[in-house]
Parts: sequence; structure tokens; C-alpha cells
Amino acid sequence: MAEQIIEFKVQRYKQGQPAPTYQTFKTLCDDNTTVLVALQDIRRDQDGSLVLRHSCHHASCGTCGMRVNGKEELGCVVKVLDLGTSTVTVEPMRNMPIISDLVVNMEPFYDRYNAVGMPYVRQSEYLDEADLAEGLEAYQRYENCIECNLCVSGCPIMGSDELYLGPATLAAARRVIEEPRGVPTKPLLDWVDSENGCWRCHVAYECNTACPSEVYPGDQIMALRRDLTKRKFRGLFGRGGKG
Amino acid sequence: MPDIQPTTDKARPKSSLKAWFHPRGRSISTIAFALNRLTAIGLTLYLFLHLVVLSQLLRGPEGWNSFVSIAKSPIFLTLDVILLFGVVYHMFNGIRVALVGMGVANQRQKGLFYGLVGIALILFVVGAVLIYTK
Repeated sequence: MAEQIIEFKVQRYKQGQPAPTYQTFKTLCDDNTTVLVALQDIRRDQDGSLVLRHSCHHASCGTCGMRVNGKEELGCVVKVLDLGTSTVTVEPMRNMPIISDLVVNMEPFYDRYNAVGMPYVRQSEYLDEADLAEGLEAYQRYENCIECNLCVSGCPIMGSDELYLGPATLAAARRVIEEPRGVPTKPLLDWVDSENGCWRCHVAYECNTACPSEVYPGDQIMALRRDLTKRKFRGLFGRGGKG
Repeated sequence: MPDIQPTTDKARPKSSLKAWFHPRGRSISTIAFALNRLTAIGLTLYLFLHLVVLSQLLRGPEGWNSFVSIAKSPIFLTLDVILLFGVVYHMFNGIRVALVGMGVANQRQKGLFYGLVGIALILFVVGAVLIYTK
């Protein structure tokens, strides 16, 4: 198994500091060492004040979002040696207030995202040929979005306009509109049909690139635009108003 | 639905222009977006410059003829070539943005970018050659 000493250039920031700084650490990595594990090693062996956030270690919880060599990634699934660089730069996600080091304040994200009211589960589309187990009406699975915030970090518009609803929220809104399950969709369509809603997107598609969970927020935003354009045309011909 | 309030947290980075043009870790789509913004600013500035140039007509034939001699200088022709790039790029990427923004072919937006901007580049090269040789 290949082993290599890798240099980690980690962005450090503590509340009250005028600006973030970078600190360099060296740690031994093998084929299986992920960025998250390397950072945990650094925290355990070299600097206990390094603050990072994680939970599941397998890309399900979405809590270890960070930038690795400039790209939005879940640190738990990026293998250090696969990056092919002797120095790995690790920074917190963009466009959110930093709490400490690699941890950002997710409150602005949840203020928007939770307002949509997207259910956490959906009917599974993968097991349609399987026999249903006794007592089940349908197989269910979790919605794709793991609320990691990587799309928000990648979005260049979020960097310049913090009032923009953002890709994750708009994608969640699109899911509810696509499958309302009895929820009236008109208030949601009105909410996203605004200067800070889906029309604020400038089609950079960084959200699609950053998303680790096949939500493709950029595509969902464009689908919202299509829905709204149809609604406006229907309104012109007196067939609007259906929510 | 809630109104979104701006955060007062000083730890949120404020970086409008940097956010648009920061290339590190970005994909081709952001480069397309940043170029679209740059060319839009350039074309807007050109519009005002164009009006200034046209106002030379108010000075009569002498004023206009002296401007035409400047317009044939190599520096001015180079500016014309830069302008041509702005026009063809903004036009063809604009077609892509309009198509994608209407929900048409949004899953093929990268292919659209390469195809349409490819056509734009061919037109640009042909136009640049004509500007310098005609």
C-alpha cells in the first residue's frame, strides 16, 4: 500500500480575528486516507484546536462539506492520494459566516431550506419490481438532498447576493412543486418567482458540479423557470390561478 | 413564505466581484458566466463610445474624415477585433443561456456551450482576418 507524507494547508479562523490565515501541517497518508481522516489525524496528533465538523464518514450526513484544493467536496469521500498534489489546501465553504476554522454557520441555509417544507422521504423509484413486504404500502427512501450546502458554497451569485434563495432551496421548492402531496404550490411558486428567487440564477451551474447527491440544483432551477413561464403564459390567456 | 434577511455576521465573506471571477475550483460553466459578464460590461461601454464617435458627424465632413483616418490605425483595428470577440461570444453564449433558462436542453448545457461558442470562435477568427486584411 502506497504511503506518502502530505502537506495540508488549512485555513484557520477564530471569532474576532480580523481575517483568516493559513497553517501548514504534515501527515502520513495511505491509499485509503480521506481528507476528513487526515484532518482528524492532524487534530488528534498535532493541534487539538483545529475545528471541523463531521458525522457519518460515508457521504450520507452532509456535515463535512469543505473546499479541497478550491473545489467543494465532502471531505469524507475524497481520498488524499487521488488528488495527486503534494500540498492539499483545505478551506471552509464559501458564502456562509465562518464559526471557527472549517465550520460555517448553517443558519442562513436552513432559514431558507426549511421554509420550503420538503418532506424527508419519497416513494422509492428503485424498487418498483420488488414484492412489497407485509404491511408496507410502498417502499420509501430519503430525498436526495443531504443538506450539505456545497451548492450554496459553489454558487457565484450567492457570493454577491446573500438574499438569493440559493440552489438547494430552489431545488427543494421544485421537488415540492413536482410532487406536492396535497400541499398548495401557488405560495411556493410565488416565493421563487421573485428577484431573489429562480430568476436571480445566472446559469453558472456550479451547483450541479458541487452537488454530491444527484440533486442537480441547476437543472431544478431551470425547471422552475419553465413552470413559471408556463404559468405566466396561461395567465395571459386567462387560464392561470391554479395552485 | 419568509422574507430573507441579510446576515449581520461579520464573518460572512463579502466579495461580490471576486465571487464572479474567482477561477479556482470552478467549472467551465462559471468561466462562461464570467466571460458573459465581462463582455456585457465591455459592450455597454462600447455603446457609449459609439455614440461619442457618431457625434463627430456634427463637426461636418472634416471632423468625420479625421476620425476615419484614426479608425484605420492598427490600434483601432485591434480594438475592433476585441469588440468583435465580445459581440460573437455574448451573442452565442446568450443563445445558450436563453435556451437553458427556458428549460430547453438544460441537461446539455455544456455541449451547447462548446458547440455555440465554437461557432462564435470560427466567426471571430474569420471576422478578425477580414478586419486586418480588408
